[in-house]
Amino acid sequence: QDVQEKETVIPERAEEAKLKAKYPNLGQKPGGSDFLMKRLQKGQKYFDSGDYNMAKAKMKNKQLPSAGPDKNLVTGDHIPTPQDLPQRKSSLVTSKLAG
Amino acid sequence: SLAGFGNLMQDVLWCFSQVKGTIDIGVTEADIISTVEFNHTGELLATGDKGGRVVIFQREQESKNQPHRRGEYNVYSTFQSHEPEFDYLKSLEIEEKINKIRWLPQQNAAYFLLSTNDKTVKLWKVSERDKRPEGYNLKDEDGRLRDPSMITTLRVPVLRPMDLMVEATPRRVFANAHTYHINSISVNSDYETYMSADDLRINLWNFEITNQSFNIVDIKPANMEELTEVITAAEFHPHHCNTFVYSSSKGTIRLCDMRASALCDRHAKFFEEPEDPSNRSFFSEIISSISDVKFSHSGRYIMTRDYLTVKVWDLNMENRPIETYQVHDYLRSKLCSLYENDCIFDKFECVWNGSDSVIMTGSYNNFFRMFDRNTKRDVTLEASRENSKPRAILKPRKVCVGGKRRKDEISVDSLDFSKKILHTAWHPSENIIAVAATNNLYIFQDKVN
Repeated sequence: QDVQEKETVIPERAEEAKLKAKYPNLGQKPGGSDFLMKRLQKGQKYFDSGDYNMAKAKMKNKQLPSAGPDKNLVTGDHIPTPQDLPQRKSSLVTSKLAG
Repeated sequence: SLAGFGNLMQDVLWCFSQVKGTIDIGVTEADIISTVEFNHTGELLATGDKGGRVVIFQREQESKNQPHRRGEYNVYSTFQSHEPEFDYLKSLEIEEKINKIRWLPQQNAAYFLLSTNDKTVKLWKVSERDKRPEGYNLKDEDGRLRDPSMITTLRVPVLRPMDLMVEATPRRVFANAHTYHINSISVNSDYETYMSADDLRINLWNFEITNQSFNIVDIKPANMEELTEVITAAEFHPHHCNTFVYSSSKGTIRLCDMRASALCDRHAKFFEEPEDPSNRSFFSEIISSISDVKFSHSGRYIMTRDYLTVKVWDLNMENRPIETYQVHDYLRSKLCSLYENDCIFDKFECVWNGSDSVIMTGSYNNFFRMFDRNTKRDVTLEASRENSKPRAILKPRKVCVGGKRRKDEISVDSLDFSKKILHTAWHPSENIIAVAATNNLYIFQDKVN
């Protein structure tokens, strides 16, 4: 009963309960290795042209499986295609602040 | 004017002065402002954006004919500082976003600034050209070579006035020194060196040498599985060239003395507030992560920003801050959704006014907050196009936390979390502030009597 009272007094605990109800497998250490490693790996993009060409050869006329909604997350069997990679373009346009 | 210098909060009325940028329905990502910084005199104001561009504004001379127009800022120079890169060896995409701009103190007619993205720091020289040589013998005014056999007389080239041209040239490129992402740069008070900090390391550079830097802090564990914290911000002491601080994702600050050893892995001071264990939750460590650390102009204090508060620490007291200010405590009951939409990882900056009496930081819904350290009064203001009539006084805003909402209050659930004020700047000696609201830059000044 004391624990319940404490949870209503501290909003973070109630929020934590909400989060864990939605994601039961949420790790116990949010500030630990996994979370920090994700921060350190920002910008990592994987594309292996060998895999891509071999997959293309195997599939022949069939369509290659394309990326799901989250194009930035490349995992497992999915072979990224050049179409999946976001177009990189530098801004050669002058900033609108200078307009 | 010095009218607002160190005044009580109630005596300072903030007014709209200018807004830069366009009103677009959809914001182009490249236009999102990622850093704002006044130079040491306040004459120049620089912005950097996600598209790798820098825009510098210059304050116009105050005119006796128009005393109510207190030195507006106009575009002085703009250039592409960084471009997107791809590191093929590491399969790493390197954003062109300008993380930080820091000015060097002015030593001659030219202006110098450092700008950095995640991997590379650049020294830019911004200089004026208002004369050009005319009357060459061997080439004509277009630069085309003249036929030497057609030249019958000699003349001496002379310098003639021309329309003012401001040029930005990259003078140094400091590359390949950071494995991780640069979050801070800081110019040393010796004006000869500066530091750049990434998630795990801090490097010391000499402005003249680009192919070498000293590593002064390295917190990378031998086994990356043991990684528990990263460096989030770093800054040199304003007067003592041997002293710097760096903050961590665990809410701690370390002060280091470069005279003690070459590698400053052992801190001289360690600032940490003891945590109340009964308050601990899943979110505790994330919201304690420090997103910005700034020395006061006096050098006596440091200010830190974490997700919900701004804290002022006395360098002489390591065991707790001397002041804590709540920025938006009502977000405590929203942490679940703020975690889901990643807003809980937003990195807000904080700034001191020129006399260290008032501190300012941003929030959501284009709100920003000021705290007067002497009177303990605080105010919430908003950067919006609706309050953009020239010299219109900004009305204080209020967030309604529960119960009955008054007419001009806004409820927590109505806050727009996509409108975040992460970057602000305060003029070094006057009450002029620059507030970056996504792709717009607002300039506010105190009321002229």
